[in-house]
Amino acid sequence: MTAVVQPAPVATGQSRYSQLIRPDQVHGSLYTDPTIFAEELQKIWHKTWVFVGHESEVPQPNDYVRKQLATQDVIMTRDRDGEVHLLINRCAHRGLQVCDDASGNSSSFRCPYHGWTYRNTGELLGYPYNKGYGGKNKLELGMGKVPRVASYQGFVFGSLAADGPSLEEHLGAAAGEIDRLVGLSPEGEVSLDAGWLRHRTRSNWKFLAENETDGYHPQFVHGSIFGVTGSPIGALYSDSSTAVTRNLGNGHSENDLRPEFRNFAEPLRWFGTTPDRVPQYVAAMQESYGDDAERRLIEGAPHVMIFPNLFIAEIQVFNIQPVAVGECVQYATAVQLAGAPEMNKRMVSQSIGSVGPAGMLLADDTEMYERNQRGVQMLDPEWLDVRRGLQRESIDENGFTIGAATDETGMRGFWQHYRTLMEAED
Amino acid sequence: MGIDTATLPERPDVAGELLAIPAGWDVREVEQFLYKEARLADENDYDGWEALWTDDALYWVPVDGEGDHPLATVSVIYDNRNRISTRLKQVRTGKRYAQAPPSNLRRIIGNVELLGGRGNRDGGVDLELGANFVAIESRPRGNELWGGRTTYRLRKFGDEIRLVYKKVVLVDNERALPTLGFLI
Repeated sequence: MTAVVQPAPVATGQSRYSQLIRPDQVHGSLYTDPTIFAEELQKIWHKTWVFVGHESEVPQPNDYVRKQLATQDVIMTRDRDGEVHLLINRCAHRGLQVCDDASGNSSSFRCPYHGWTYRNTGELLGYPYNKGYGGKNKLELGMGKVPRVASYQGFVFGSLAADGPSLEEHLGAAAGEIDRLVGLSPEGEVSLDAGWLRHRTRSNWKFLAENETDGYHPQFVHGSIFGVTGSPIGALYSDSSTAVTRNLGNGHSENDLRPEFRNFAEPLRWFGTTPDRVPQYVAAMQESYGDDAERRLIEGAPHVMIFPNLFIAEIQVFNIQPVAVGECVQYATAVQLAGAPEMNKRMVSQSIGSVGPAGMLLADDTEMYERNQRGVQMLDPEWLDVRRGLQRESIDENGFTIGAATDETGMRGFWQHYRTLMEAED
Repeated sequence: MGIDTATLPERPDVAGELLAIPAGWDVREVEQFLYKEARLADENDYDGWEALWTDDALYWVPVDGEGDHPLATVSVIYDNRNRISTRLKQVRTGKRYAQAPPSNLRRIIGNVELLGGRGNRDGGVDLELGANFVAIESRPRGNELWGGRTTYRLRKFGDEIRLVYKKVVLVDNERALPTLGFLI
């Protein structure tokens, strides 16, 4: 659909984004203007750390899997020495897509067009009829590579910028949330090898990023499934909930549900089960973590949005990738905890019920994203409101801004970081 | 890591062996049942559609072709009888927004082939058959064209045919799919 919302006029001496992003409102054109999307690719998606996949998707030497990094088709490979690379799927000769298979095991890739062959590190190995180039090893060409690749707890991120903050600097406090997730494995390790659901979403990617820690919507959007299943999740996001919404900095945010679960003090309540149903798991946790196991099992998994595209929703991981100003894809999978087979089966089953194109939760979120995209193209009012809870925010003991469970503190943190990146000079 | 499939039961699409087509099935009668099932789904007749299923129902929409083991990897839908019931209860609230308002939908079923028999938990043999389908779905977001191959298992209770198993392999299930809010 064509964007009909006119960009707001820019006053002289002020940046475009300081005009479009206010502390309590953001302009509708941020979701509909193709020139803003093009600038986001340059200043966010091709620059900052973007979640791409997980090391467990390429467990063996020479394994590979095709992934997306924004609009780029990349091949995540593990070379023979175990190092993970992100190759851009394009032949250095005529620009063809080199790799067609979704995944496999190979030490090299051969372009079908003229037979140029590349090592799984991107290095050009050879080209047929080499006399046409004056012999072998005459060309200093290779596949494009994502220049910076780094992992945290097996989560693989890529940055298309050669220089910039390290992954640890980018993750900041959000790293601790990934640690919380991994700390629910008796072996301190998670894998993302239960396959991915791919959900095509006709919406700007930012509606998703904002919604992931919006504690205001669950009672309304998900009331249908909470009601029929008797789920206690709705209460976590009620007006009387003690949960908090936290701006973790760098655009990351979380719904910290631990205050609620600590009040109940029931191990595995966060997962909707009880220790007697997963006795081997509970025993393994006690074996690994001793007295601290109980705290971990009571507090549960994080609900964190890591800027710009990694959403950990307790037992699911989402990888959001933009396609165009009004379209993105949500990739979703079930977390798998090393050393916890009882939990893993349940997490696969629960994830199938909840997420993906037919999920009893996410299909309804996605319906909202798509209606939001249509609505925001209406001319009046031009602005979206993000002020909920602004007057009751406070600073927690670690210096982070927190709001109530249903407040828009996470969105405001998102926009703050977004503006910083969009205003940065190249 | 993940789930060791050696610890799981056989995947349901290939469990046991494909036996001879059981006696007593007429292809015309089978087609009439498939058309009825399709019409109930197209018209969002949730009560009528739910009543077709047996207690040991399995409704499966895999990703990536025929899919991997459904207890170890994610599927678009993998519903037993209980989850079919939950799915329909949700949509009956009228606030399952992915299907409220409901899709306008019509599908064509063809290439119906009786494939064989499949042993069931009661010691009987269910009829296994395959068919192709094309469906056009209209929603405010636009029209979607859905197509694929469905494998059904049917069981007779007296003269009444019931649906035991339905696996829908979408032709484009290796790519990103739009919201699938209707009964496919």
